[in-house]
Amino acid sequence: MKLLRLAFALLILLAAAAPAFAVRPDEMLKDPKLEARAREISKEVRCLVCQNESIDDSNADLAHDLRVLVRQRILAGDSNPQVLDYLVSRYGEFVLLKPRFDLRNALLWGTPFILLVAGGVFVFGSWRSRRRRQQVPPLSEEEATRLEAILAENGGEPR
Amino acid sequence: MVETGHFALVLAFAMALVQSVVPLVGARTGNERMMAVGVPVALTGFLLTAMAFAALVSAYVQSDFSVANVWENSHSLQPLLYKITGTWGNHEGSMLLWVLILTFFGALVAVFGRNLPLSLRATVLSVQGWIGAAFFLFILLTSNPFRRIFPAPIEGRELNPILQDIGLAIHPPLLYLGYVGFSVAFSFAVAALIEGRVDAAWARWVRPWTLAAWLFLTGGITMGSYWAYYELGWGGFWFWDPVENASFMPWLAGTALLHSALVMEKRSALKIWTILLAILTFSLSLLGTFLVRSGVLTSVHAFATDPSRGVFILCILTLFIGGSFILFALRAGNLTAGGLFHPISREGALVLNNLFLTTAAATVLVGTLYPLVLEAFSNNRISVGPPYFALTFVPVMIPLLLAVPFGPLLAWKRGDLLAVAQRLYFAFGAALVVVLGVLLFVDRHAVLAACGIGIAVWLIFGALTDIALKSGIGKVGPRIALRRFLGLPRSMYGTALAHAGLGLTLLGILATLTFQAEKIVSLKPGDTVTVAGYTLTFKGIVADRGKNYTEARAEFPFTDASGQPLGVISSAKRIFVASQTPTTESGIRTIGLGQLYLSLGDADKDGSYVVRVWWKPLVTLIWFGGLVMMAGGAISIFDRRLRVGAPSARRAKAGLAAPQPSS
Repeated sequence: MKLLRLAFALLILLAAAAPAFAVRPDEMLKDPKLEARAREISKEVRCLVCQNESIDDSNADLAHDLRVLVRQRILAGDSNPQVLDYLVSRYGEFVLLKPRFDLRNALLWGTPFILLVAGGVFVFGSWRSRRRRQQVPPLSEEEATRLEAILAENGGEPR
Repeated sequence: MVETGHFALVLAFAMALVQSVVPLVGARTGNERMMAVGVPVALTGFLLTAMAFAALVSAYVQSDFSVANVWENSHSLQPLLYKITGTWGNHEGSMLLWVLILTFFGALVAVFGRNLPLSLRATVLSVQGWIGAAFFLFILLTSNPFRRIFPAPIEGRELNPILQDIGLAIHPPLLYLGYVGFSVAFSFAVAALIEGRVDAAWARWVRPWTLAAWLFLTGGITMGSYWAYYELGWGGFWFWDPVENASFMPWLAGTALLHSALVMEKRSALKIWTILLAILTFSLSLLGTFLVRSGVLTSVHAFATDPSRGVFILCILTLFIGGSFILFALRAGNLTAGGLFHPISREGALVLNNLFLTTAAATVLVGTLYPLVLEAFSNNRISVGPPYFALTFVPVMIPLLLAVPFGPLLAWKRGDLLAVAQRLYFAFGAALVVVLGVLLFVDRHAVLAACGIGIAVWLIFGALTDIALKSGIGKVGPRIALRRFLGLPRSMYGTALAHAGLGLTLLGILATLTFQAEKIVSLKPGDTVTVAGYTLTFKGIVADRGKNYTEARAEFPFTDASGQPLGVISSAKRIFVASQTPTTESGIRTIGLGQLYLSLGDADKDGSYVVRVWWKPLVTLIWFGGLVMMAGGAISIFDRRLRVGAPSARRAKAGLAAPQPSS
C-alpha cells in the first residue's frame, strides 16, 4: 500500500497519468476507501482495445466491463496485487500498464539507470584521462630564464 | 493541375538527385562551379515541391474526388479550413508536407548560407539532397498522393472528425518544422565528418538552425498537448503514447544538442559529442517518422501484413542512421579535442545536462520500443504505460531540474559552486516557502507534489536570479541596472526565459495533477453540481447543427461561490453527417490561470446525463510555459553573436555589461 502510494505520488510528480475518469456514477462503490482503491488499480490497467489508454480514462465498453470487474474483485476481498494478478491470469500481462519487475523485463527497467551510471563513469573517466594527457610538464630551468628575459624585455611583470 | 503536381514531384526528386551528387563532388574535387550548383538546385527543388503541394491543396479545396487521397480524406460539406488542413491529415499528404519542409530548410541553407565556406555549404546541401531523394522516392513509390481513381466517386469519405479542428492546422506543420529542422544540424554534422574539420565557427553556424528546429518542435508538442487536452474529452494533456514519445525523444536530444553546441562554440570542447548528438537527434526524428508512419505501433503483426511502407522507411532509417554512424566511427578520431575544464564549471554543468537529457531520451526510447521488440521476438505482448515512465523518466529528470539554476551562474573553465549556491539563496528561500505553504495551507499529505512544486519555483526564481545578477540589481543603482539589463546579450534572456518556462510548465502539471477537483454526476435538467466553489446548473439539451454535423449541446450557466453568474459553459455530442462518427466537444472556461472543464457523457434511459466536471488549477501554465520556452528560443536566435560578422559589436558592448562569469 505504501509502495502504491509512493508510486501514485511519483505519478503526480510526473505529469503523466491524467487523472480524468471515464468512470460512471453507477459503477462507483459506496465505500469511498474501496472506490479510491479501485481508481488506483484502474490507472494501471490497460483498456485492451484502446491505443494506450487506461480503463480509468477510456469510454470503451470493454473498459467499463473491466472497471466493474475490478470493483467486484475488491468487494470479494482481494488486495490490490491480487486484483491485478487476477486480471493478468485472464488477459495476460498486456493488461498491465506497468510491466512487472521480473527477469524478462530487466532490460526495460534497468536500462535507464544503467545508462545513467555508465554515462557518469564514462564522463568522469574521460575527464580524468584527458587531464592526465594534457598535463603540461613544468618549465625547464632554461625555459624559465628565457621567459623571464622576454618578460623583462617587454617591461611586464610576471603575473 | 493534379498531374502538374505529380510531375513537379517527380522533377523535385530529380533535383534532389542532382543536389545529392554534384555539389558534393565539387566540394571533394575543389570545383567551384560544381559546388555552386547546390544553391539553384535547392531553390528549384523547393519551388517544385511547393508546386506539388499546392496542387494537392487545390485538389482538396475543389473536392476533386477523382484523386484517391482527396476522396479518402475529404467531403464536399466540410468547412474550407478543414478541406485545406485535410491535405496533411493523412499519410500521403503528411509525407508531402514533410518533404516540403525539408526542401524549405534546404532552400534556407542555400539562401542564408552565403557566409559559410563554399565547400561546407555544398556538402551540407548534398546531405540534404540525400535525405530529400530518399523521401521523394518513398512518396512516389509507396505513398503517392496524386493517384487517381476511375470512375470518380460523387462524394468523399470525410476527414476523421477528431481531426476537424484548428489544431490540425497548427500542430503538424509546427511539429514537422521541428522534426525536419533537425535535418539541418544532421547535414552539418555529416558534412563536418566528410570534411574532417570542425571548429567553433561550425557550432556558431549550427546553433541558430538547431534553435529554430527546437523552438518549432517545442511549439508542436505544446500545441499537440493542448489539442489532445480539449479534444479527447477527459482533460489529459500527456499520455506517454508512442506517437507522443516519437516527438518527445528528438526534443530531449535536441535540447541536449542546443546545450552542447554552446560549449563547443564558446570553449571549443565537446566537439565529437556534439557531432554525435546532432546525428542522434535527427535519427530520433527519423525513427519517430518510422514509428508513426509505418503502422508498426498498432501492432508489430499489422505491420508485417502490409510491410511495403514500413520496410521502405526502415531501409531509409538504416541507411541514414547506419551510414552516419559508420562515418562517425571512421572520422570522429580525426577531430581534435578542445579546451580543458574542471568538472565544477559551466562546461561541467552542460555535460551533466547532456548526460541526463540523453539518458531521459534513451528511457523514452526503451519504453517505446521495448514492447515492439519483445512482441517481434517472443510473441509476448506487454504494455509500457505512464506508471513505467513515472518510475524511470521522473527520477532521471529530478537531479537535472535541481541543477538547472546553477548552470548559467557557473563560470566557464572553473566555477565556484559555493559562491553560486550563495547567490541562489533567494530562489532557494522562495522554493522553501512555497513547499511549506503548500503543505500547511493546501494539503498536508501531498509531500512529493509540494517538493515538485518547490522545484518548479526554484527553476523560475533561479532564472530570475540569473538575470538580476547579470544586470547587477542590488549592487548598482537602478538606472545603471536597467541599462545593463537592456544591454545583456539576447541569448541570456533566451536562457532565462527557457528555464523559467520549464518551471512554469512543471508548476502547471503538478498543480493540475495534485489539486484538481473532480465531480462525476448524473444530472437531469434543472440539477446543479458544485466543484471547487463553482456551481453549474444543467439547463438542458439544445439541438443544433453545423455545416457537416448535428449536435446535442448541453448548456450549463454557472456561478462562483458568492452566487455571481459567470456565463454559460456548454459541452456537446456531435454526429458527423458523412461518416456518422460521434465526437464529444468539451466545454472549457478559463478562470484566472485555471480552467473549468466539462465533458458531457451518455444519456440514461430516464433522461439524465452523466456529466464530468473538473476544476484544474493553474492548468494553463502547462502550455503557457511551452510558449515562454519558445519565446526564449526565438529571442536567442536573434542574438548578435549568432549572426556571423557582427562579433565586434559585442565587444564594444562588453564595457557596459556587468562583470559576469561568462565573459
